Amino acid sequence: MYKYIVKRILLMFPTLIGAAMLVFFLLRLIPGDVCELRLAGTGLYADPAEIELCRTNLGLNDHIMVQFADFVLGFFILDLGESMWTGKAITFEIGLRFQLSLQVAFMATFVAVIISIPLGVISAVKQDTWIDYVVRTFSIFGIAIPSFWLGIMIILGLLISTQALLGEPWMPPIWYVSPFEDLGANMAQLIWPAVATGYRYSAVATRMTRSALLEVLREDYIRTARAKGLLEKIVINRHALKNSLLPVVTIIGIEFAFLMGGLVVTEQVFNLNGLGKLFVESVLNNDYSMTQALVMIVVTVFVITNFVVDLFYAWLDPRIRYS
Amino acid sequence: MRNVYSKLALSLALGAGFALGAVGTAGPAHAIKKGGILNFVVGSKIPSYDLHRETTFGVIHPIRPFYSLLIRINPDNPSSPTDFICDLCEGAVPKGTDGGKTFTFKIRKGVLFHNGEKLTAADIVATYKKIIFPPEGVPSARKAFFKMVDSVTAPDDFTVVFKLKFPSGSFIPAVATPFNIVVSKQDLDKHGYNWHKKNINGTGAFSFVQHQPGSFVEGKRYDRYHHAGKPYLDGFKAIAAPKMAIRLQAIRGDRAAIEFRGFPPKARDDLVKALGDKITVQESDWNCALFYTPNQGRKPFNDVRVKKALSLAVDRWGGAKYLSRIAIVKTVGGVVFPKHPLAATKAELLKLTGYATDMKANRAQAKKLLAEAGASGLKIDFSNRGVDQPYKVVGTWLVGQWKKIGLEVKQRVQPSGPFYATLRKSKDFDISIDFNCQSVINPIADVTKFLGSAGNNYGSYEDQTLEDIYDKLLRAAKESDQRVLMREFETRALSDQVHMGITLWWYKINPHRSYVKGWKIAPSHYLNQSLDQIWLDK
Repeated sequence: MYKYIVKRILLMFPTLIGAAMLVFFLLRLIPGDVCELRLAGTGLYADPAEIELCRTNLGLNDHIMVQFADFVLGFFILDLGESMWTGKAITFEIGLRFQLSLQVAFMATFVAVIISIPLGVISAVKQDTWIDYVVRTFSIFGIAIPSFWLGIMIILGLLISTQALLGEPWMPPIWYVSPFEDLGANMAQLIWPAVATGYRYSAVATRMTRSALLEVLREDYIRTARAKGLLEKIVINRHALKNSLLPVVTIIGIEFAFLMGGLVVTEQVFNLNGLGKLFVESVLNNDYSMTQALVMIVVTVFVITNFVVDLFYAWLDPRIRYS
Repeated sequence: MRNVYSKLALSLALGAGFALGAVGTAGPAHAIKKGGILNFVVGSKIPSYDLHRETTFGVIHPIRPFYSLLIRINPDNPSSPTDFICDLCEGAVPKGTDGGKTFTFKIRKGVLFHNGEKLTAADIVATYKKIIFPPEGVPSARKAFFKMVDSVTAPDDFTVVFKLKFPSGSFIPAVATPFNIVVSKQDLDKHGYNWHKKNINGTGAFSFVQHQPGSFVEGKRYDRYHHAGKPYLDGFKAIAAPKMAIRLQAIRGDRAAIEFRGFPPKARDDLVKALGDKITVQESDWNCALFYTPNQGRKPFNDVRVKKALSLAVDRWGGAKYLSRIAIVKTVGGVVFPKHPLAATKAELLKLTGYATDMKANRAQAKKLLAEAGASGLKIDFSNRGVDQPYKVVGTWLVGQWKKIGLEVKQRVQPSGPFYATLRKSKDFDISIDFNCQSVINPIADVTKFLGSAGNNYGSYEDQTLEDIYDKLLRAAKESDQRVLMREFETRALSDQVHMGITLWWYKINPHRSYVKGWKIAPSHYLNQSLDQIWLDK
């Protein structure tokens, strides 16, 4: 098992270096720069000398390989530098948003898991009954409806329904409050995006749970378990479900990693100051240093998540670690 | 770029003597109530806290309330471009002496920075030296506005003297520019010129509490503010909300009371429909114009017949009627801010190429000109900015207008970064959307945009005749002479050579919660943002 873990860790490094090269050079292919936007993008008089001075101060006039070396070195010594747009430390900017993104990711995962596992199991056990059809329809809707659209509908629904019921429209808070400061305000803001994204997430996981469980239920050892006279509850929970969870765990892992940086549109819909929103803003501002750092963080989260999922696989299925 | 800085500096306020009418007002109707927190939404981001180096309203709205200016526009009469009042100075705004070359400001006594330090003339001098004569490597976005300034000195602790190289009516409006916040000399001496990028210490109505980047800026009432009895609010929270839908819903759901930039008409109507008299709407012409700029570095856009045809195809009067229902544009105008005394009257506008109301005749003439130029059915690469209001809306309308004269227009919409790279660097466009948005209204300064030599002109043309007219305009002392020359300039730029085409001037619409009192709309989203006049009626 240790050999397996070491091998998996060593494989992470070439992945990270490849990603660093890609993000650095691809970003520079996008036309425009942060100084043009800051000084000329408002329509006010723009002094070309000031734009050039801004470029010099940000190091954009340095040789591209010097810029690349600074970036890679900074990443490996965990010094991500400063945002070209705000001038604040990138670690500070990301740290501010990380808590929110992590909380939304956990809450959405929680919503997804409590919906998907029971529904997937019920759907498989009651295959081709009306219950199965209802669950499948519910999950198809979840896949078909984009989270951001559902988010917009949730906000509009809240505004309209509260105005009708209370006389004054209510919408979720639009700035983040830590749960340690005010749990009520925190939940009032984050429960809605968690539901909007968790629903789509649960739909995928429900379908995966159902199909994986159906496959396992047809295995010989399940027949044997039933032949031994075990209770159906034990057959399902102890013998079938655990073995059907491998692909479900994979989906949950990938989706969780995606939620950490990929809630780009949903964060905008709910005005969440998370990593996704920061990502969009930094790309739109041509903030190279911030975009590079964010991409590398997302890549790192994906790599680590995959690593953890692989370990979980090995724990669930001994054949993997022994091979 | 020849002489543009000096022209700009000379001109900044030569024409700034004219009153403008805002459509709506929101003056206090009854006794002012003190207290409360004003939540407002801001659609742009904060690059740094240093207003001397920044240009976006995204930093004006949340940061300006922490600082004071030497002089400012009158918050009770913000639609007038000439009504300046003292903020950190005392008495009336000084008139120039020594033939208009010396301005002496008496500084208020007893003004304290938020850190407790006393404000003196030395702080004003240090501030303006940072703006006008920054050390090498220190950015200052508006130093070109002060090319007329020779020196700024403090003969004593409460007197500041500006000596000008030449008399200039542009000086006072340039001083009133809302980006010219007064900072502490001690901070500059102790911490250097970059300190204000990340730190705040002003004398404004509110003191800084916290900034969560990407989320909000929070300020609290500064009890020792130099305008007695103000501010009325206990504090404010400027909430970042890049999406317009969120800003709109925030006002509807009362998470925010106001947004100071402006909403499109549909958003106003939706809010009013949903909330009735809980919403108050203030509207004003906006000192922003949306242009299209042909790239005269490319054939056949250097052919005046083609440029005239492009302008003749555009139904401005029809557009004003219909586009104003869906976009933040409304007013047909020439090179000067509409309703300004230097602006063209409707009769004068109608004489310009493309401004006549008979669109059938205009378009027939356009087709004829295109045929003469051998450009019938011309294919056009039209570069536009990927922002809905008003760029994409008006851009799509323009495409339709040009198609009516047989042109084949492909609209290329790009995010702001690549759009500016196309406009300013690669210049690989046939026609581009372009705009001019200024804070303090000054037509003679603002029209430098039309000069081929200007740093923010992207038409790739040289026109010495236009430059010569502008030189005369700069030196014209009388308003009547300015008006004649302005018409000559306008005719040359928009009608004879058609260097650029003006579509419509923007229109500012600020729907806000009716409990917000004391704030009056200005013709620019950069102006009247000290927040010290605002109170909450709830």
